[in-house]
Amino acid sequence: MTKSLPWWLRDLLWLALFVAVLVGLAYGLDAIPIVGMAYYNRILVLMGINITLAVSLNIINGHAGQFSLGHAGFMAVGAYFSAYLTFYHFAPRLDKMPAGTEQWLMQNVFLVIAVLCGGLLAALAGYLVGLPSLRLRGDYLAIVTLGFGEIIRVFILNIDKIGAARGFSGIPHWGNFFWVFLVCGLAIVISWRLVQSSVGRAFLAVREDQVAAEAMGIDTTRYKVKAFVIGSFLAGVAGGLYAHYTMYLNPQTFMFVKSFEVVAMVVLGGLGSISGSVVAAVILTFLPEGLRSVKDYMPGGRDPRMVIYSIMLIVLMLTRPQGLFGRRELWQVFGRKKKRDQSEAPPVQ
Amino acid sequence: MRKNLIIFITLAVLSFGLLGCPPKEGTGNTSTSAAGGEILVGEYGSMTGPQATFGQSTHNGIMMAADEVNVAGGINGRKVKVLSEDDQSKQEEAANAVTKLISQNNVLAIIGEVASSASIAAAPICQSNKVPMITPSSTNDEVTRKGDYIFRICFTDSYQGEYQAVFADQWAAASAKPKTVAMLTDVKSDYSQGLAKVFTAKFTALGGKIVGTQSYANGDSDFRSQLTAIKGTNPSLLYVPGYYTDIGQIAIQARDLGITAPLLGGDGWESPKLIEIGGKALEGSFYTNHYFYADPSPVVSGFVQKYKERYGQTPDALAALGYDAMKTLADAMKRASKLDGPSLRDAIGQTKGLVGVTGTINIGPERNAMGKKLVIEEIKNGQLTLKATIDPAKGGKVEMNNAAPAAVTTTTGGPPPAAATTTTGGN
Repeated sequence: MTKSLPWWLRDLLWLALFVAVLVGLAYGLDAIPIVGMAYYNRILVLMGINITLAVSLNIINGHAGQFSLGHAGFMAVGAYFSAYLTFYHFAPRLDKMPAGTEQWLMQNVFLVIAVLCGGLLAALAGYLVGLPSLRLRGDYLAIVTLGFGEIIRVFILNIDKIGAARGFSGIPHWGNFFWVFLVCGLAIVISWRLVQSSVGRAFLAVREDQVAAEAMGIDTTRYKVKAFVIGSFLAGVAGGLYAHYTMYLNPQTFMFVKSFEVVAMVVLGGLGSISGSVVAAVILTFLPEGLRSVKDYMPGGRDPRMVIYSIMLIVLMLTRPQGLFGRRELWQVFGRKKKRDQSEAPPVQ
Repeated sequence: MRKNLIIFITLAVLSFGLLGCPPKEGTGNTSTSAAGGEILVGEYGSMTGPQATFGQSTHNGIMMAADEVNVAGGINGRKVKVLSEDDQSKQEEAANAVTKLISQNNVLAIIGEVASSASIAAAPICQSNKVPMITPSSTNDEVTRKGDYIFRICFTDSYQGEYQAVFADQWAAASAKPKTVAMLTDVKSDYSQGLAKVFTAKFTALGGKIVGTQSYANGDSDFRSQLTAIKGTNPSLLYVPGYYTDIGQIAIQARDLGITAPLLGGDGWESPKLIEIGGKALEGSFYTNHYFYADPSPVVSGFVQKYKERYGQTPDALAALGYDAMKTLADAMKRASKLDGPSLRDAIGQTKGLVGVTGTINIGPERNAMGKKLVIEEIKNGQLTLKATIDPAKGGKVEMNNAAPAAVTTTTGGPPPAAATTTTGGN
């Protein structure tokens, strides 16, 4: 890709390349004749969803420095709204169509619309929650967002049309490897470009010193809400894909524990490090599944899975309290280090 | 810096290495369904997490049944091997565990879960892979509607609610009290709402009257305002289809306010904590359950004794249902024309008259156990006693247990120690 091309054409070409690679991977993975491929495929898809969630929370918690504990709530909004649209509006229409290419095409179009609408509603929820609460800082904000996340869940718990306490089942299985990783890739790119932009610089300024940022003429609340809205949108999209992949939603899934899991990914990867969030999401999604085989080697068939998982988390946090990569990115950590003192300081990204 | 990096890399390699080593069963037994080796059965349940006691009890019951089947010669000479996976009481993990059991271990059938939400999440995966799934204790009606490979060996919520109404009706008649019931339901739980709906319909059809309906949310600690409203209606029975965690407090506060009517509940009450919290306030209250551990019938007492010898504790209803689920599966495997998904599905569907610990198991056209026996337990002198049994096979009448309750309680020594402990999700 030469520099002479206009930027949008270059981006389009990259996107086309990315889509082609994903299509190839999606078909290729199905074709690999390994025992348990469906299982590995499933873990991969869940990884993709978790990466999207972690990267989106990283925009709020890492870049803008606003500690939010309500991410599961926004994911729930996206998941439930997109599932609602699909279940009540799109799926009945699709069932009337004759099977064939056209139906397959419409299914994917409907999926994109449903998931985007879910994301937009989540963004709206993020805006409504963010506007009053982002005037708070630190612990107070964490508590308020935690509360809002629970409010969203209790709200869902009381809507009978989307299943209330019994859960929302019967969502068609439209989500797949391709869509999940397309969204995942886009989320990473959005997040990366955002940090490089003027908006991203403002986020970092707010994170580093709110008073100084304000003195420099940055409307801090506006930028905080902006980060919140973008983060919630991506969380909603991830939720929508989650709904269309697992086919069943239950309000219990979106308890604050889910928020903590995402926060753990972001903190483990290093607050503010995009590649850190990605790597941590991969590790934390994979670990509980990968450790399943440990019990085969244990006497008496005891399952030490969760013990090992917890110990690994503790060891990682003790040895690297700033997260895997700190505030830097993967290549900055493993690349050549120019100066030792500079490497520990917050990077100029 | 360098040291930390090394630690990180080691951890990363270690964690990824674990994916690399395939589980022993995964590679060795992929063709078991066809060849003469062990028959693999998968089990998923909450071995850890908030509902861990559910999963562990069920697991104990399943393992005991599997061992008995193997000792008795297995399935036409082949041994049964149960592979269990933990799902931490989470729907996502339940689906992961089932996907793993089916695609990696190639199991012939799946047993699980207790919580209906986890069963509903995993059922479509079993259905699309044509692997029969038997849920031992998910009572939500929705579970078996997921497809023709999904079976259930316990009664459903609607079945339970209906017979609770029948019992309430007969109890009022027997004790010469007006047929008036007040209800206190949990808004957060579908289990509670579902039971209340069925109960209301049946009870009013039988000529009873619901004099008041109040609701609470699981986890509330003060029920006085609802109970004061109920007191004004002066019911002969207070129907509380909730979980044991709230029941104790509700009973204590009801007695404080001077409500003397006994409480009636469902299998969500089953826990040793119930009497621990409620104490004297629960004297004379009843709940419906799948089986009674001190039932004098030889099937139950034999099971309880063997279970106690093996695990050193009294089996709760979940252990009994896990045991019955495995027995049902083994019975179907013996009868199946071929050991593959569709044949096994047909064989399970044809299960008739299998005598289980929790009553006779007949699988009906909707893949639910039809006409299961219900027991109604009464709390007397701080002990659980058998109040009545309802066996639809014997005409579905409420048979009050008039045997001396003291004789029953002294032989067993206290309520089951490890039993249901949950607050949400539904059984």
